[in-house]
Amino acid sequence: MNARRWVSIGAPISLVLLWQIAVSTRVLNPGLFPPPSAIAANFAAYAASGELATNASWTLSRLLVGLVLGGIPGTVIGLAMGMSGWVRAYFGPVIALLYPIPKIAILPLFYFLFGTGEAAKWAAVAVGVFFLMAINTEAGVRQIETIYLDVARAYRMRRRTFFFRVLLPGALPNIYAGAKLSIGIGIVLAVAAEYQLTRVGLGFAIFNAQQLLDVERLYAALVAVSLLGFALSAIVDALEAIAMPWHRARR
Amino acid sequence: MRSGLFRSCATIPPWPSGRSITSARPAAIAVEHLSKRYANGTLALDDVNLDIGDGEFVAVVGPSGCGKSTMLRILAGLDTATSGRIDVRTAALRADELPSATVFQEASLFPWMRIGENVGVAFDSLRVPRDDVRRRVRDVLELVGLGESEHAWPHQLSGGMKQRAAVARAFVTDPPVLFMDEPFGALDEQTRVGLANELMRLWERSPKTVVFVTHGIEEAVTLADRVVVLSARPGRVREIVPVDFARPRDAIAIRGEPRFGELVVRIWNLLR
Repeated sequence: MNARRWVSIGAPISLVLLWQIAVSTRVLNPGLFPPPSAIAANFAAYAASGELATNASWTLSRLLVGLVLGGIPGTVIGLAMGMSGWVRAYFGPVIALLYPIPKIAILPLFYFLFGTGEAAKWAAVAVGVFFLMAINTEAGVRQIETIYLDVARAYRMRRRTFFFRVLLPGALPNIYAGAKLSIGIGIVLAVAAEYQLTRVGLGFAIFNAQQLLDVERLYAALVAVSLLGFALSAIVDALEAIAMPWHRARR
Repeated sequence: MRSGLFRSCATIPPWPSGRSITSARPAAIAVEHLSKRYANGTLALDDVNLDIGDGEFVAVVGPSGCGKSTMLRILAGLDTATSGRIDVRTAALRADELPSATVFQEASLFPWMRIGENVGVAFDSLRVPRDDVRRRVRDVLELVGLGESEHAWPHQLSGGMKQRAAVARAFVTDPPVLFMDEPFGALDEQTRVGLANELMRLWERSPKTVVFVTHGIEEAVTLADRVVVLSARPGRVREIVPVDFARPRDAIAIRGEPRFGELVVRIWNLLR
């Protein structure tokens, strides 16, 4: 286990080193792929100027608002679909049809519908998250083993108890998996939505660096996006043991 | 019909805190012309007739796929009959009593609840004060030897301990009827015999009408007052074999009796 941890730490480090070597030996064009050392220096300057914190916090807030706005209805609809064949019959095909539509391709639609302010960016994140949560939650409810439903019936469990003590915890591992996926998709959408109609956010920083051909800053901003996602993912992993104390040990 | 049912058993400690879980009002069950056809057309049970007396312990055996579990699920209200009638005659239930409880074969404890919560689930539909629930859960866990495990997660317990907890959940509300669907089927032989003994001790101190489905013929003869032998699919009552050993019984000592072997062989022959 400890050895595996070292492999996990070593893997990204070795890839960065490889990159560094490839650039210094001119295998990679430094104009397009600046050496990691230069990116790190630029990142440090980016952070020191306070710009990084400003941009990252805007992106984070758009992400979090979108996660809540999309995640809660997605989970509720997913639960309803899992519990009721009628709800599933209604939403199932609609969700299956809308889910594959690339949300990035319809960003202008969100600006049209929700204006040029924050609402459109929240909506872009929320829509992506909604489908993931609905699909994963529904699967979570449906994969609850029938024995647990039998026990609930045999012991005449009240509906309320059944919902909160059987259905919800039974579906929780899948809801959790959906939440993890949602963070990934949510960041992609939040950053993409920041390409236009805003002057703040990591997406804007990437867009701006592209316009200015500031390749090092472009990479520094990408690193910031990557670290933001990594950090959120780590937090969610750490919370898993608290949210599902029975789960980790069972696997 | 059964000697020694109400006889006290020296091997069990008295109930803690001076309460008794003895309900003296078990139920009688009448099954009339019960048939079950699955949605795919298969006839699982064909005209099953069975009378189970007050406080009787009936085991049901039969070839695998004969519908014995289906029959139990219908009796327990978890499945519906295609035709026929089931009549459970019981005195009026108290507000703190379930009409029946069921013990399942598989791991039926909720993995996300601690053992105490899993047992307490039985009280969910009943009007019992929270403190009483906690006390009764603790008492019954003590009785099945899980006093230390109230706060454990199911995955921390062995298979035998999990089934003990499932039995505790069935007994904690002291229902007049107990349905058991191969409850010890997934356990090793030693654990099975041990649990059979513990089940008999529990049942002797709180009499209930028990329907116990099993594929273990020796287990059936050990536990039951009568063994109902079902035929291969579609399940029909082939024969009902009375088991007249005195109570209280010991699951191991009983195996030394010549009559035990005779009954086992007789049931084997009926299943051939």
